[in-house]
Amino acid sequence: MSAAVPTLTQPDVTVSRGRSRKPGESPYSPARILAFAALVTMAVIWLLPFLWAVATAFKTETDAASGGLSLIGESGITTEAFSSILAQGNVYIWALNSFWTSLVITFITVAISALAAYAFSRLDFTGKKWLFVAIIASIIVPPQALIIPLYYQMLALNLVDTYWGLMLPQVVMAPIVFILKKFFDAVPIELEDAARVDGASRLRVFFSVVLPLSRPILGAVSIFVFIQAWNNFLWPFLIINDTFLMTLPVGLQTVISAYGIQYAQVMAQAVLAALPLIVVFLFFQRQIVKGVATTGFGGQ
Amino acid sequence: MTDTAADRSAVAPDPQVVPDERPVVTASRARMRGQLIAWGFLAPFMVAFIMFVIWPLVHGVWLSLTDQSLTGAGGGFVGTANYSEALSDPVMWTSIRNTLWFTLISTVPLVLFALVMALLVNTGLPGQWLWRLSFFMPFLLASTVISQIWMWIFNPEIGAANALLERVGLEPIAWLQTPHMDIISITIATVWWTVGFNFLLYLAALQNIPDLQYEAAEVDGAGRWRKLFSITLPQLGPVTVVVVILQVLASLKLFDQAYQMMDGGSSETSRPIVQYIFEAGFVGYRFGYASAISYIFFALIVIVGIFQMVILSRRRENS
Repeated sequence: MSAAVPTLTQPDVTVSRGRSRKPGESPYSPARILAFAALVTMAVIWLLPFLWAVATAFKTETDAASGGLSLIGESGITTEAFSSILAQGNVYIWALNSFWTSLVITFITVAISALAAYAFSRLDFTGKKWLFVAIIASIIVPPQALIIPLYYQMLALNLVDTYWGLMLPQVVMAPIVFILKKFFDAVPIELEDAARVDGASRLRVFFSVVLPLSRPILGAVSIFVFIQAWNNFLWPFLIINDTFLMTLPVGLQTVISAYGIQYAQVMAQAVLAALPLIVVFLFFQRQIVKGVATTGFGGQ
Repeated sequence: MTDTAADRSAVAPDPQVVPDERPVVTASRARMRGQLIAWGFLAPFMVAFIMFVIWPLVHGVWLSLTDQSLTGAGGGFVGTANYSEALSDPVMWTSIRNTLWFTLISTVPLVLFALVMALLVNTGLPGQWLWRLSFFMPFLLASTVISQIWMWIFNPEIGAANALLERVGLEPIAWLQTPHMDIISITIATVWWTVGFNFLLYLAALQNIPDLQYEAAEVDGAGRWRKLFSITLPQLGPVTVVVVILQVLASLKLFDQAYQMMDGGSSETSRPIVQYIFEAGFVGYRFGYASAISYIFFALIVIVGIFQMVILSRRRENS
């Protein structure tokens, strides 16, 4: 049975360790040293801005405001900026809001997309082709072009400044339907037929045969949807005005100008906001890289 | 693709051979049942799709033909007045120009850097997880975090960027406060932020090239550069098409970091079209006018999208 289980159609980015050197080639050939030097340079350039932010967050406000290139301020390292940010408490609330709303958005998006994708892959109904074309065509519609009528709709439904108003418009992701349909198409139909002969209903087959087989792809798209929801700015920024309902990206925006020149605090806040996803990335690097690569391609 | 069980019962009894009516009735009933089941699966997505995509898309057309205000006032039909106003609005045109300029100057480095990074990482040098972390991690951060970090770096008095310039003996620059320089500064931050996504797409494509091709080339005596130009780069053609299309569409939607790094304000050389939609609708309260600009923006996306498809597919046919 495991042989029949389809695998992700995209290459597994993390398993392959890259093209290794030719047998017999010295690990210190000039070309390899040159490539290594180039790689180190680029990695340093890419890490520096973040290191800078971290370094500033650990300075006193006076040291932070004096500028310069030194990573450690004259008064040494201090966690003052972090403690004053955490004492204000809003960051916790925003992070919590971001976390659970992203989780709900991810769950609803993947659930409704998987059900629809299964219908498009396996079931027969009138207008199937046209409906699918319409959904795929909607990928070209930029969400930013819909903010005005969507906001108007939320006003009419009384959902402005509510969690549902924040979450619901984010659950329609046509590329996810497309990716999952492609995956379901590759699942051998015999597996389902066997269950159907035993008298299982469509829904039963979907939950007990199809979904378990699709765990890798469901994981991949969930990661992608979660990252998108976690980082989404424009819609949450428009729909939420209440400080206690804000997500992390929106909350941070409100204090950029409020804090003005307290650079250490601003950086401490940026670092704190970045921390959750960095930690998650360190633990789930393999799955995240695979999820993003698969979904990024699948949108095509 | 079809519901096999329903098909079997529908096809098996041929009504022309068997005069009995009963099987036909069962067949149509089975088909009805099949339709109902299918719609059961589709319903949740379709309800959300119609509510949050189709309805706003249609309602937006109506709004764009009215003088609706965010405050609830107005709403009368004004014909195409909003569109003619937008087409003669210099701010709309500069924001389209800014958007196209940003798309050009961001797409080129975002594709080239990603390619170079992926080629280097794919040589199999030690420290794979560290390279992936460095190049991809910024992509995981929220736009607000990126903006705060880069506003700090670009700070004209105490920012790191000017400290670096002074160190090498150059004049400091007011990065975000100088017209034309502001959009370039935003581009630098954007390249740092999102190059990791393209990098991953390239890396996946590179690892998909069969080893066999390289082995065959080695037998024929091909060197490192020969292999790069005759095997690797041609094989990356299809993924480059994908990366470029995705990148151009993403760059055209610029808003978050431009709005945030200009501290909620805007300049004539940095304001992208999405920000003008936002300003017209939520700062100026003119929902009708903002809807019209939304449709002009939508048209821009479609035109650029079609343009790209035509050019890139023609190029692929030629090669």
